[in-house]
Parts: sequence; C-alpha cells; structure tokens
Amino acid sequence: MSRETIELVVFRYNPETDCEPAYQRYQIPYHHDWLVLDALNYVKDHLDRSLSYRWSCHMAVCGSCGMMINGEPTLTCKAFVRDYADSIRIEPLANFPVERDLIVNQDDFMSKLASVKPYIIDTDDVPLSEGEELQTPAELAVFDQYTGCINCLLCYSACPQYSLSADFIGPAALTLAHRYNIDSRDDGFRQREERVGSDDGVWQCSFVGACSEVCPKGVDPAAAIQQGKITSAAHYFKKHLMPWSDS
Amino acid sequence: MNTGPLVRQISRRQWWLGASRYRRYMVRELTSLFIGAFAFALIVGLWRLSQGAQAFSAWLDAMHSPAGLAFNGIALAAALYHSVTWFNVAPKAISVRIGTFKLPDSIISGAHYAGWLLVSILVLYLVRV
Repeated sequence: MSRETIELVVFRYNPETDCEPAYQRYQIPYHHDWLVLDALNYVKDHLDRSLSYRWSCHMAVCGSCGMMINGEPTLTCKAFVRDYADSIRIEPLANFPVERDLIVNQDDFMSKLASVKPYIIDTDDVPLSEGEELQTPAELAVFDQYTGCINCLLCYSACPQYSLSADFIGPAALTLAHRYNIDSRDDGFRQREERVGSDDGVWQCSFVGACSEVCPKGVDPAAAIQQGKITSAAHYFKKHLMPWSDS
Repeated sequence: MNTGPLVRQISRRQWWLGASRYRRYMVRELTSLFIGAFAFALIVGLWRLSQGAQAFSAWLDAMHSPAGLAFNGIALAAALYHSVTWFNVAPKAISVRIGTFKLPDSIISGAHYAGWLLVSILVLYLVRV
C-alpha cells in the first residue's frame, strides 16, 4: 500500500512565549525521494512559517541540520522519510540548550573546540619563501580520516559522558586535536596536551562508542580518543621517567 | 517574557535506559563486577590454602556446590562477554599502518583472539586438564 501522507511530530519551543516545550503535529504529503529535511522545508514553506531550524547545504557537508529523529542523532539531509514509519518525531539535538524549536546553542562546543587549538602549530619558523611543507601520501593517510569532521555535533548528542559532565571536552574537539597532533607538519602536541590530557580531556571518555556509531562521515571519534589516551599516557610516562627528554 | 535557552535535564540514574547502545555498554561494564568477584573468590581460595588442607578442601567443596557452580558459570559467561566485546573494539585503540596501508581491524581483533587461544592452551597444559 502506498503512503500518501506522513505525520511529523515536531518539538516546539519559543523562549519569548513558552515556559515549557510542546510537540506539534503536521500532516504532510509523502514523497518517496524526500529527505526529512525536505519534509521540514515543506512545513516551513506551506504550513507554518514560524518553525525554526538550521540547514544549509542539503548534502551532508555543512553539518547544520543535525537533529534527533525518533530519538537518534541524525543529519536530516541524510535521512529519507521512506526509511521511517508513518509518524516521525523530530527534536533538537540532545545535550544542548534549545534556543528555539529545533535550534540548539553551540557556544559550549565552540569554546571547547577553540581550547584544543585545532589548527597547525608550526614552530620551525621556516620562511614562506622556502616553499610548501610537503607531505607524503603515507603522512596524509595517518590523519586523513579525521579531516572528515563537519562539526555537526551528532557525536556530542550521542555521548552520555558529555550529557553527564559539563566539563568534558567531548568527541569532535578531541578528535580534531588528535588530527593535528598526528599531522607531520604540526609541532603543537605539548600545547594541546595540557588540555587534551587533563581531567576534562580524553580521560573522561568511558568508551561507550556512541559517537562513532552516529557519525555521518565515518570519522570514528572513539578511535581518535582511544589513540589519544595512548599518546597521552606515553607522554606522561616519558615526562616523568625521562625528564631530560624533549617531549 | 523571555525564558532564554531551554536546558533539558538528564537523569543521572536512568540515562542508560534511553538507547540500546547505552544498555549494551552498561552490560559490558557490569560484567566487570562478576570478574572482580571471581578474582576475589580465587584469592579466598589461596588464603584457605594457606590455612591447611582441610580449609582448602572446604573451599573446593564450596566451589563445587550448586551455588558455587552457578557462580562460576555466571562469572565465565561474564568474562567471555567482556573479552569478546573488548577484543572487538580493540582496533579503535590500535592503528597499525605500513605506508598508506592500514592493517584491517579483523587482523587486530584476530591477533587478540589468537593470543587468548595461546594463553588458554598454555594454562591447560600447565594444569594438565
């Protein structure tokens, strides 16, 4: 039997008028090739212009449209309505304060991301006139997987440690710290380690692995964090057992 | 009126009931208790051995009782579950590369299983079962 309509059950919250959130139901046409994002856009364009949510690229690149679909952190531009039952529940990403409707406040992540210095720190002082700092395919392969992170925050939404501990730096930021630590052009490990190896860093991760299960880009943050623990432990022992060492 | 951003509270006791992946994680963690209890029972056995043959025999009898056998069975099942789930996620922590080639996860996990098998054979040889 072909479906003609589907129901969206959408989390609504307006801080200017609401003390509590509520769920609003919308009946919309069913299209086999529609994404959940298309369904939301239909609501916005035809039924309720007040509905607020973030989206941009519509192709799993910008990382803006992450939401909870039936309780699962998901990019709405990567989820087809045909893969769900006739009623789809859409909520803002878990573990973040809700600004309005499906829009969450990302300030906490942004400050934590900045705190791990997710950029190449080059202390060699080689002048630009000497040309590019070349990298072999093998050196690129070491960190290439982790460059796929689009900061969509699905991993934070899935991480129980982040939900229980406000100080935890969290999966994506720790993954990006690891990505730069293992880049052959980077010299910033010691600068990042102060933060990454702290009580708020990799050691708070209890390895539930949910981050990697929900990651839409196959980045595998759980792997980056576990490898970060090994690097951090090695650094700790080297620092205490070989204090004359450079690292 | 502006109530500002809405903070949704998380239950510190019941968060793990929310998704099957959290429940699987809690089961994995819970198995540690049975492994710890089994280790404690072994230490008690050593302590009873130090008290003489009669005391050790009583400990052996306790281990062979229906309750002792049930405890050992549960501890074995917990140890197997813990080991298998742990070996299966080991490739996340261990990344071995030779140039651009990354050693497949199955090889990393397989090496753990092979090590487990070798140690088991060694232990069985030592106790001559």
